[in-house]
Amino acid sequence: MTNRRTMPRIRVVQTKPTQVKINVTILNELGLHARPAMAFVDLAHQFESDIRVSKGAHQVDGKSIMHMITLAATQGTELVIEADGPDALEATARLQSLVDNRFEE
Amino acid sequence: MKLSDFVSKDAIIAELDATSRDDAINELVDALVATNVVAKSLRDQLIKQILAREKKGSTGFGKGVAVPHVKHEKIKQMSACIGVSQKGVDFNALDKEPVYSVVLLLSPQDKPDEHLQAMETIFSALQKDTFRKFLRQSTTRDAVWDLIEEMDAQQIQG
Repeated sequence: MTNRRTMPRIRVVQTKPTQVKINVTILNELGLHARPAMAFVDLAHQFESDIRVSKGAHQVDGKSIMHMITLAATQGTELVIEADGPDALEATARLQSLVDNRFEE
Repeated sequence: MKLSDFVSKDAIIAELDATSRDDAINELVDALVATNVVAKSLRDQLIKQILAREKKGSTGFGKGVAVPHVKHEKIKQMSACIGVSQKGVDFNALDKEPVYSVVLLLSPQDKPDEHLQAMETIFSALQKDTFRKFLRQSTTRDAVWDLIEEMDAQQIQG
């Protein structure tokens, strides 16, 4: 007698993309200069989700280093990170910890 | 912040001789030394630091542009030099493509916010397809400077 028949046979398939939006503050003294911007972009590229980053009304592609640098995010700047895709939750969590850890500077 | 606030007109090189990253950086720093923007005594140290920075991660961010930069305590005022290459420079760019426009930025050590503003100004320009195209087509210092002034006056689209 197996209990397999009694177990629900539901396979969870996430078909709907998820959208996650978080706020972060740039903490490191030098701000989001080229090296941390590159670290951000490198990490963003590990995810399938689209990543958008905004400072006020200025929104850029979080996977483009040239775009990220135009944020000119100095120490204390608040940014909004939006991820849209199947791994949006993990992407935002990892990006948040990168920013919170001052890009390991 | 505008490009003309920190780009040194007299140091613009419309036709870079260099075809390698290291030679291009030497050529640009030499142009800043020759125009008295940078003290000669700083030359070797700056080049060494800029190259060390490049080895940690290329500033050839793709689309045929590179923005090598350095912060130094002896630099009191931010300055930049632009080099245009017709032949293309092997800059170890992220997209492995040759670089046709190099913007070398020297910043004071203690003004990180100013440095970020200058980088923003540079990349807002370099992101524009038309700016990159016109820059690459410029074969004289005056042509490069005209383009910079047009960019500053927001006359460059897309």
